[in-house]
Amino acid sequence: MIYEGKKKIWSDYQKDIPDDHYFYVRSCIRQTFFPASEAAFLEITRNRLGKDVFETEHHTTCGGIAYHCDTIPQETSMTIIARQFALMHKYGYENFVCSCVTSFGLYCETLEAWREFPELKEKIAENLLKSCGLEFAVPKVLIHSSDLIYKYRNPIAALAKFKLVNKKTGKPLRVVEHIGCHYSKMFPSKGVGGAEYPYVLIGMIEAWGGEIIDYPERRHCCGFGFRQYFVQANRGYSLANTNKKFESMEPYNPDMIITNCPGCSYFMDKWQYVIAEMNHKTYGEDGHGIPVFTYEEVAGLVMGYDPWDLGLQTHLVGPEPVLDKIGIPYDSDAKYKGVNGKNIGKPEEVDCIK
Amino acid sequence: MTDFGYSINTSSRMNLDDFDKESFDKLAEMEPDVRKCMACGSCTASCTAGKFHETSLRSAILALQNGQEGKAIDFLKGCMLCGKCTMVCPRGINTRHLILSILKVYGTK
Repeated sequence: MIYEGKKKIWSDYQKDIPDDHYFYVRSCIRQTFFPASEAAFLEITRNRLGKDVFETEHHTTCGGIAYHCDTIPQETSMTIIARQFALMHKYGYENFVCSCVTSFGLYCETLEAWREFPELKEKIAENLLKSCGLEFAVPKVLIHSSDLIYKYRNPIAALAKFKLVNKKTGKPLRVVEHIGCHYSKMFPSKGVGGAEYPYVLIGMIEAWGGEIIDYPERRHCCGFGFRQYFVQANRGYSLANTNKKFESMEPYNPDMIITNCPGCSYFMDKWQYVIAEMNHKTYGEDGHGIPVFTYEEVAGLVMGYDPWDLGLQTHLVGPEPVLDKIGIPYDSDAKYKGVNGKNIGKPEEVDCIK
Repeated sequence: MTDFGYSINTSSRMNLDDFDKESFDKLAEMEPDVRKCMACGSCTASCTAGKFHETSLRSAILALQNGQEGKAIDFLKGCMLCGKCTMVCPRGINTRHLILSILKVYGTK
């Protein structure tokens, strides 16, 4: 990667990210598989950085999964989205931050469609009023939660107890960053750094001391793709995409992977087990996989949160090699203990991957 | 192994470094018309053998350019040398002769 050239591209793709006062909506997938990531996001922004991030229990899914699987019409998903925006307006906010990259893409697509087709916008406003009795509104600023952590990367670095540096060798950890396709491939101007070389995660990794790996399939999809995955017979295609990415990054010996998309975190983590079962191959050191993290988990780790409070026990590929390299203390016996020492259940052990 | 109900799909990735320029130049020397092909597919559309066997001169030429000689030969195995493709080629390529030349250069691989 020619760094100077990329800086020029990144400077062309900067977006307005207000400093404070956000209405927050969660992600369906992340609440299920990495629930502690969203908790960490709220904990860091609200309690450590003192920002106003509001969420309400009344918000729902954005309808993205059903929309991309072609099971609901576009107007239905637009009305669901209009309801989210209306809730934001009702609670007195103008800045909208969402946790999910699929939702972010769909929100961008919807706003663009409303801008292009005002009659559609009117129809959705009417649907919203009839179905929910809410007043139609659009956000002044729409961002993804990784944008906000990117914005706060330096304050987080200032509060950090650890750096993404190998404690024994003193060298930066080698990090693969993976951006969800719907973050900026659909609307490059809506993502920090554009579509080809998005800067959003690179900025965080640089601020927290890590080294970026540039590898051939860096911008390749993780393989999630709703239609590929939800039909069992098509999952081999999804898996082949992930396999291609891992084969491509393997020669660069990455220490960890950071993603900003719920599906990517999930698939790059879980597929490593399936690949190990099918191909008897692992991509980390000594039979380990490559640990996959969300950006909030990494922010929490460098700020000194307990790894198990950040939900790292929910990852299939154990995070311990990375914790050991950075020198983050952890209690192995407490890995599967929840609040008040309650046993949360230990997953079945497998031989093919550590 | 656990039965997942699916397996890893084979990659369709091509490595252009595998392109054998020397052999292709040799073929072009014997049969300069190989460079004339514009991949319109008329030969494939008119192919009698193609109805029963995966036979396609267009795909064979493309496979050669992508460094997939084995695949190219497979595309020509069903050819009966009837010559219908020669009659429909808009570039006037002697396709029958070209097929024989491809087999002469790559046939032993």
